[in-house]
Amino acid sequence: MTAFVLKRLGFAAITLFAVLTIVFFIVRVLPGDPALAILGDQASQSALEALRIRLGLDVPLYQQYFVFLGGVVVGDWGVSMVSGRPVIEEILKVLPATIELTVASLILGIVVGVPFGVWSAVRRNKLPDYLARIASLLGLSFPAFVSAVLLLLFFSIHLRWFPVISSGQGSGLADRLRDLALPAINLGLIMAAYITRVTRSAMLEVLNQDYVRTARAKGLAFAIIVWRHCLRNALIPVVTVVGLYLGILIGNSVLTEIVFNRPGLGKLIVGALNQRDYTMLQGMMVIYTLIVVLVNLITDLTYGLIDPRIKYS
Amino acid sequence: MTTQPTAATGQRPSRMTYYRLAIATVLSGLFNAFNANKTSWVGLAVFLIVALLAILAPVIAPYDPLQQNILFRLKPPSEAHWFGTDYYGRDTLSRILWGARISLTIGLLAIGSAMIIGTLIGMVAGYFGGRTDLLVMQVMDVLLAFPSLILGLIVVAMLGPSVANLVIAIALTAIPPFARIARAPTIAVKNREFIEAGHALGYSHMRLMFRHILPNIAPEVLVMGSLWLATAIRVEASLAFIGLGVNPPTATWGGMIREGFENILDSFWLALFPSLAILVVVFSLNLLGDGLRDAVDPRLKGEQ
Amino acid sequence: MTEPVLKVEGLTTSFRVDGALVPVVRNLDFTIDTGETVAIVGESGSGKSVTALSIMRLLQEGTSRIEGSVRLSGRDLLTLDEEAMRDVRGGEIGMIFQEPMTSLNPVLKIGFQIAEVLRRHRGMSQAQAETEVLRLFDLVRIPDAKRRIGEYPHSFSGGMRQRAMIAMALACQPKLLIADEPTTALDVTIQAQILQLVRELQSEIGMAVMFITHDMGVVAEISDRVVVMLRGDKVEEAPVDRLFAAPEHPYTKMLLGAVPRLGGLGDTRTPRRFPKLDDTGAGPEPDNEPDMRGAPLLEVRNLTTRFSVRGGLLNRPVGNVHAVEDVSLTLAAGETLALVGESGCGKSTTGRSILRLVQPAGGEILFEGKDLMAASHAELRLARQRLQMIFQDPYGSLNPRQAVGSAIAEPIRVHKLMADEAIPDRVNELLRLVGLKEEHALRFPHEFSGGQRQRICIARSLALEPKMIVADESVSALDASIKAQVVNLMLDLQRELGLAYLFISHDIAVVERVSHRIAVMLLGEIVEIGPRDAVLRNPQHPYTKKLIEAVPVPDPADKRQRGGLLTDELKSPVRALDWARPPSRMYPVGEGHMVREF
Repeated sequence: MTAFVLKRLGFAAITLFAVLTIVFFIVRVLPGDPALAILGDQASQSALEALRIRLGLDVPLYQQYFVFLGGVVVGDWGVSMVSGRPVIEEILKVLPATIELTVASLILGIVVGVPFGVWSAVRRNKLPDYLARIASLLGLSFPAFVSAVLLLLFFSIHLRWFPVISSGQGSGLADRLRDLALPAINLGLIMAAYITRVTRSAMLEVLNQDYVRTARAKGLAFAIIVWRHCLRNALIPVVTVVGLYLGILIGNSVLTEIVFNRPGLGKLIVGALNQRDYTMLQGMMVIYTLIVVLVNLITDLTYGLIDPRIKYS
Repeated sequence: MTTQPTAATGQRPSRMTYYRLAIATVLSGLFNAFNANKTSWVGLAVFLIVALLAILAPVIAPYDPLQQNILFRLKPPSEAHWFGTDYYGRDTLSRILWGARISLTIGLLAIGSAMIIGTLIGMVAGYFGGRTDLLVMQVMDVLLAFPSLILGLIVVAMLGPSVANLVIAIALTAIPPFARIARAPTIAVKNREFIEAGHALGYSHMRLMFRHILPNIAPEVLVMGSLWLATAIRVEASLAFIGLGVNPPTATWGGMIREGFENILDSFWLALFPSLAILVVVFSLNLLGDGLRDAVDPRLKGEQ
Repeated sequence: MTEPVLKVEGLTTSFRVDGALVPVVRNLDFTIDTGETVAIVGESGSGKSVTALSIMRLLQEGTSRIEGSVRLSGRDLLTLDEEAMRDVRGGEIGMIFQEPMTSLNPVLKIGFQIAEVLRRHRGMSQAQAETEVLRLFDLVRIPDAKRRIGEYPHSFSGGMRQRAMIAMALACQPKLLIADEPTTALDVTIQAQILQLVRELQSEIGMAVMFITHDMGVVAEISDRVVVMLRGDKVEEAPVDRLFAAPEHPYTKMLLGAVPRLGGLGDTRTPRRFPKLDDTGAGPEPDNEPDMRGAPLLEVRNLTTRFSVRGGLLNRPVGNVHAVEDVSLTLAAGETLALVGESGCGKSTTGRSILRLVQPAGGEILFEGKDLMAASHAELRLARQRLQMIFQDPYGSLNPRQAVGSAIAEPIRVHKLMADEAIPDRVNELLRLVGLKEEHALRFPHEFSGGQRQRICIARSLALEPKMIVADESVSALDASIKAQVVNLMLDLQRELGLAYLFISHDIAVVERVSHRIAVMLLGEIVEIGPRDAVLRNPQHPYTKKLIEAVPVPDPADKRQRGGLLTDELKSPVRALDWARPPSRMYPVGEGHMVREF
């Protein structure tokens, strides 16, 4: 088991390094001249020159690369070109709000999605299956901002149950939950749609296995077969896929935060885009990379917990 | 099951006969897949109607999508303007029809190229296995894990919003999933004995990959293509909503919702109709792909 | 007379296919008494497994219909409600299945899975159940029970898993044990152990056993009475002695003809055809002797193939699978050398190494005088025209999206053996040669049966006009009747075309018919090689003896008690990196008969 964990840690480190390299490529190399991309075509030659020096673009590319990597490691992610404050500080300020939202919607997605997926698979080609399939298909056809707008229109503007602007900084727990509710429902239901589908197909595969026949031949009740024998096997692909869907969740959280005007990484990145805050964008990419790598690591380790075969391979 | 042409004894089937036969089986297989789940037909029909409307937009759109009319700003749906007008008095229906062209063009180009590149990568990695596979798929997994919206967002932000750049950005995010999609069945097919028999018969790697493996994995890749086309259209709309779509005043669905969102309290239809348009297209593609997927999924085949 | 344990009357099971009900078991009657073992024999599609699933009511509801009556000690199971039926399953009837590798849940501990039955039917607590599981493990002779109940299925071998399945089935002392081909997926020496275990447990517990199999040798070993099934119908039922002494139905006779004789083929050195189910198309017996003039067609010297086992933190090689160790053999034109051994012994890898489908680590492969080990890519391609291979899985060895005619034409085209216009005629000729029709050229593999597909594969290989064919378990997946036809075809082709075969198989019954000579492999080495009858009748190496002893013999009188219950497993050919093979040599014991030192 220790070897397995160490191996996954090693992979995570390599992945981190690889993504950071890709990020560097996209941010520094792809635009040709970042300074030009920031200031636009009309910028004067001297302004461009000044910006290049400020951003450290005047040294050779490979030196920029090492400076970039080194900065990431020691936590020096540069200074925001708009606010003048350290990028890392600005990010850490809003990170908890985004994590709160993401975790809440993930939990909601699992709590709704897994039972529905199991139910749908067990009643394959019956009414519950059709309903669950149509509902989940519809769920993943909604762009997150469309569903967010609809929720906002109905619950906040029409029914006035929830605040239109969720500050995410409410003082009491009740306030916080009220702020969190709609955005989390929005993301959680989309997540639930994905999880329902993958759970359904994993369960269908598992229900066909020989060991299910063995369990039936033992005289076990159907509910026990489903929940004790099948679900744990079905969770193996579900966990893998949920790890991948977290990428979608993070992307959707950006859209949700904009619609609900909720502070978080999403609003930060859009603000940085609009104001061409280049250093902030770069920092955002780094934090997303860290999150993704961390999530992958957690997925891998969970996988090892569920499947007894994994320790030995 | 499938119907095959019957041959008279003494016939000498030529190479062309076999090509036609092979194509006929792939088509009849696809036809059977459609029939296995009738909802696929509904999805296909809806999508084809939308595609037709998009192609015919210049002919059927009642107004010029860019024609501003200050006298008819923010009008609710009426007989003259079925879907109402926007802040500049432009006809929403016409803009939706023209916006379909942008969405479908970007989606199809991006997914088409991602499908070709991704399938090649996945097939080569799966076929050769070993270190090549490990390295290539590790890179693909890293890209796959990265939120596609964020990746698309940063690429467009760096390259600038144009149709070509959006195609590049979205294709980049869709290559890794296609590599994954193509790799799994490639490995399954590669381990079947007819590939080893091919080696024993002295066939080249190219022949085995393109003549023997590709036709066997193609249905699965194509079906996933329809699901990823849905995703691509959603991502394009999301980017436009954030403000990274094709530059205004060109009509894009995401851009229209973005503008509509600013007037959401008094003119809800501005956001509503383009939202419905996205929903219809994405849902039809999901319906199409989802129905077919069960039919081509080898894991579910055993149970009939 | 007392009520039989199981009384099946008028059992008809139908499956719904495209809306219509198609019967797969028709009007079946049979009974099983306490302490009796009834074998249900038949090939695939005979309905024997469906019968078992019908008795257990394990078929999918909605897609199947069961009629008639199934009485367990007088109580009709088919009229029970589902709740009562669940008490029967696992409680009164225990069942074991064919695939031990997939029949246990991979994420639950073995001990837990067995304890589950005890808790369900005997109302035991987890602690009580665990004590009982220990006892059951001893009962089915799983060594080191205390440690093994806490393990997961993946650390059990196939034979051990089947023992665990038996423990599970017997946990509640059922009245009836249904065993559905429980040994088919196992090696022959492991099969012998399991059969003996079932026999002993039956005499200890005194239950009734319904034993489903396709193998007449197994029937003779285990059963008291036999029911022979063919396409859903019972065609014959008789006590085992009478069935073997005087089979009545032609189908039973055919099944009996397919069993091994172990040297009982008469005094001949040449291969013998299988007797036919009907008399149509019986060809002449092969009389061809191998061509011993000049150099042999194939000469393999000291062939070694290893695969590295990787593991640990850095995926470094931590050991080697010594799949093929120092194998030397020769094959003359027109000769068949059979390579026999159990799974993992390296016989398939030997075949693949000779074609260089896997890369050997060392040795020489002289084919028609050329060393294939030193051959360039182009030379190897050329050699592969003359040296072909056919595979085990008739379903996997044809591209499902390629028409049969195209598959046969492709090698001719790739190697540019003839002009494009001439190819269709050659394809037709090849199809006729293997007993297929010209119109089959335009069909696709899924339209053919397993035997026909194997014929197509043979035609595809023959398209290159090879001198030698490596046949890797080529008939093992086929039913006995089909197997006989394909083997006969191969013998005919050998006689007509002078082919040499390297015939790789674990099936002694087939091997003794097709081969001129036999080589026995164990852990990557050839331990014995010699003329067919010398090896089968006069085995010298202890492993050869054990292997031949384990083959079920079609003589019900000879229910051999094989010196206590063995639980030893096949050894693994995985060795440490620095393992050096102890020197050992082969010594002659007869003309052309060599045995490795032991």
